[in-house]
Amino acid sequence: MIKKILDTSTLDKDLLKQLDAYIMSLEGDKQEHLIHVLHKAQKLFGYLPQNLQLYVARALNLSGARVNGVVTFYSFFNEKPVGKYTISVCMGTACFVKGADKVLSRVLELTGMNKNEISKDGLFTVKDVRCIGACGLAPVMTINDKVYGKVKPKDVDDIIRHYRSIENESK
Amino acid sequence: MRVNNYSDLLAWKKRCPRKIDYQINVLICNGTSCMSSDSELIIKIFEKELKNRNLEAEIRAIKTGCFGFCGQGPIIKIEPDDVTYVQVKVEDIQEIVESHLINHEVVVRLLYQEPNQKDLVEKSSGMNFYKKQMRIALRNCGEIDPENIEDYIVNDGYFALAKVLQEYTPEQVIDIVNKSGLRGRGGGGFPTGLKWSLTRKQKANEKYVICNADEGDPGAFMDRSIMEGDPHSILEAMAIAGYAIGASEGLVYIRAEYGVATRRLKKAIEDAKQSGLIGKNIFGSDFSFNIEIKLGAGAFVCGEETALIRSMEGFRGEPDKKPPFPSEHGFRDKPSSVNNVETFANIPAIILNGAQWFSSIGTERSKGTKVFALAGQIRNNGLVEVPMGTTFREIVYDIGGGHPQGKEIKAIQIGGPSGGVITKDFFDMKIDYDSLISMGAMMGSGGMIIMDEDSDMVQIAKFYLDFTQDESCGKCTPCRIGTKRMYEILERLVNMQGTPEDLERLRILGENIKNTSLCGLGQTAPNPVLSTMKYFREEYEAYAYRTKKTTYSIDAKKCIGCTKCSRSCPVSCIEGTVRQPHYIDESKCIACGACYDACPVDAIIRP
Repeated sequence: MIKKILDTSTLDKDLLKQLDAYIMSLEGDKQEHLIHVLHKAQKLFGYLPQNLQLYVARALNLSGARVNGVVTFYSFFNEKPVGKYTISVCMGTACFVKGADKVLSRVLELTGMNKNEISKDGLFTVKDVRCIGACGLAPVMTINDKVYGKVKPKDVDDIIRHYRSIENESK
Repeated sequence: MRVNNYSDLLAWKKRCPRKIDYQINVLICNGTSCMSSDSELIIKIFEKELKNRNLEAEIRAIKTGCFGFCGQGPIIKIEPDDVTYVQVKVEDIQEIVESHLINHEVVVRLLYQEPNQKDLVEKSSGMNFYKKQMRIALRNCGEIDPENIEDYIVNDGYFALAKVLQEYTPEQVIDIVNKSGLRGRGGGGFPTGLKWSLTRKQKANEKYVICNADEGDPGAFMDRSIMEGDPHSILEAMAIAGYAIGASEGLVYIRAEYGVATRRLKKAIEDAKQSGLIGKNIFGSDFSFNIEIKLGAGAFVCGEETALIRSMEGFRGEPDKKPPFPSEHGFRDKPSSVNNVETFANIPAIILNGAQWFSSIGTERSKGTKVFALAGQIRNNGLVEVPMGTTFREIVYDIGGGHPQGKEIKAIQIGGPSGGVITKDFFDMKIDYDSLISMGAMMGSGGMIIMDEDSDMVQIAKFYLDFTQDESCGKCTPCRIGTKRMYEILERLVNMQGTPEDLERLRILGENIKNTSLCGLGQTAPNPVLSTMKYFREEYEAYAYRTKKTTYSIDAKKCIGCTKCSRSCPVSCIEGTVRQPHYIDESKCIACGACYDACPVDAIIRP
C-alpha cells in the first residue's frame, strides 16, 4: 500500500513538469500556497490521487498527512477520478424550494449511478453542490462551466442527450 | 495611462469616453445569471451588427454587471431612452437594432409587464422593481463595463482614494467611517470604523486588509454581483482601509466556485497596478498598497474570519477561539481587518459624499442601505438594495411583486443557515440589524427566501440543518455531534417515527449548541430550527403526534376530469371517469407528486 502511494511513475511526466514550474513560480512562503497548488494539480490531473498528494507534500516540504488533511477538508478537491463532464446540481435554498432534489434524482436516474461516482462510459460525474449564487434561475445545474437555469426534471433528458451526442459525433 | 498624482487622475477622467459622447448606449447584462441565458453571445452579435452598419461612433454596446432583475434575464437597457428589455433572445437583436436603434421605435413585445397590469412599462425608472430601491453598494452594477477601468474612473472611481491620501490622516478616515455608522454587511453587523481603529491601534511591522468574498450562505449572491459588476470599487476601498489601518497588503479570499468574479477581479487588479492606482507610492504619496487573490476550495465555515485566515495560510479552515481577534493576531499572526465585499463597496461612496450623508439614510442604529437577494416563491427574483428600515412588505410585494401565482406568502427565511423565519404577522416590521435579532433571525448576508403556503417549515429547517451539519468543520463537539443529533431527531420526525418529547429534546439541544459552540457557525446553526419551532409549532406537532397528512388528494370542485393525473400516477391509485371528478386512493399513494405536476387546473391538494 505504502509503496503504491510513493510510486509517482503512474503520473504523467509532462503534467508533473507543469506543476513543478507552477510551484517554482510562487513567491514567498510556498507552504502557504498549498491550496493554490492543489487547485493547479487538480486542474492538470483532473483529480488528486494519493500519490499526487504525496508528490505535492514532498515538493512543498510538508507531511503527507497535512496535505491529505487539507484535500479531504475542502469539498472542491476530488480524491477519485471524475467524468469528462461534471454535472453539478445546486442544492442551495432557492433551488431546493423549487425542486432541485427532483432534478438531481432525474440526473442520477439517467446517468445510472450514485453521487460522486463516475459513469461507466467515463463521461459523467454527478455532484450536489452548495449554492452557486444563480438563485434568480433556480433550480440550477451546471455542466463543467455551462450554467443551466430553471431546469425541470424533464429538461434533463435533453441536456444529457446533448452531451452524449457530442461524444458520439467526436468518435 | 499612469497616474502619478491627483491631476493625472483628473486629466484621465476628462479623456475617458462618457455615455453622453454616444447617441445611444446599449447596456447588456453580463452577470452569471444572464450569461447562462446566452448574454455573451447577444453582446457579440450586437457588436457585430453595430460594426456592419457603421454605427460604432454613435452607439456603444456596453457589457455590464448585474442589473439585479435576474429572474427576467437576459436584460438589455437602452440609454438615454431609459428603456429596459427583458428575456431577450439572440433572435430579437435584429429587431432591436432596426426598430429601436435606427428608427427609434420601442420594441413593445420585449418590454416588462407588471403583474396584474395591462400596460407594459416603457421607462425603466417606472418599474416597481426599481422605484423603491436606493443603490449605493450596487451603484455601478449594471451601469458600467466592469472590465474597463475607464468606465469606473469616469464615474469618480479612485477619487475617494485620491481624496483620502490628499486630505485626511488615517485617524480622520477612521473617524469618517465611524461617524457614517457603517456596520459589517457580512452577517454580524460589527461597526466597521471600530474594527479599523482596533487594527490601527496594534503595533506591528506588517498588517493586512482582508476582503471576505467567501459568500457561502445559500440564497445570497450580492457579493458575487458586486465583484462581477464593479470590481474596482472593492480594490479602491481596500486601499483606503489599508491607509487607515496602516497596512500595505490586501488579500481577497474568494470562493473557487465564483469563476467570473475571480477573473474580473484579477483583470481589475492588473489594470489598477498598471495605472499606478495600486502599487508603490500611490498618487505620489508615501502610501504603497498591493492586492492579491486567495482562492477558497469549498468550505462554508471559511466565511468565519478566523477559519478564513487559517485557510489563507494553507491549512484546513478550522476556526480559532476569539479573543484574540484578527485585529490583534490575524493573517500570519499580524493584525488584520477582515471586511465583507458589500461593506467595502460602500466605502468610496461614504468618503466622497461624507459621513453625514450616509448616516442620514436608514434607522437609528443601522445606517445606509442593505442589498437583499430575493429568491424562492417570488415573482421578481433578483438583487435589491433598499435603505435600512424598509419593511418586509415593501420588499416582497412592492419590489418583489409578490407570489408568482398569487398564493399567500407564509414566511420569509432570512440570514441563511444562521438565520430564522419571519412570519407574515411581522411583514410590516422595519428591517435592521437589531429588529432581526429580536425576532430570533439575523441579517446574515441578506439572502431572503420567500416561502408560500405549500412550504413545509419542518422540511426547510431540516434542509438547513443538513447543510450546517455537513459544513461543520468538526473541531468542537457541540457543533460536530450536536447538529448531527438534531438532524437525526428531525429526520425521525419527518419519517413519522418521532414522539412529542422529541420537540423539547430538539429545543434544549439547540439552546446548548448555541451557547457552547466555538464559532459563529455552531452558535447560529440551531437558529433555523428554533425559529421555525417558535412560529410554526403546529407543523412540528403534526409530525410529532403523527397526524400529518402525507398523501395527495383531489379537490372535487376544481377537478375537470381530464384524466391527466390518473395517467401520470406510477402506482395507479387515481380513479374516475372522464369529465367527472377523480379521487385518490390515499392508502396506495406514495406522495411522488406526479399528479400535482400533471394537473392543469390546480385541483390536486398537496400534503
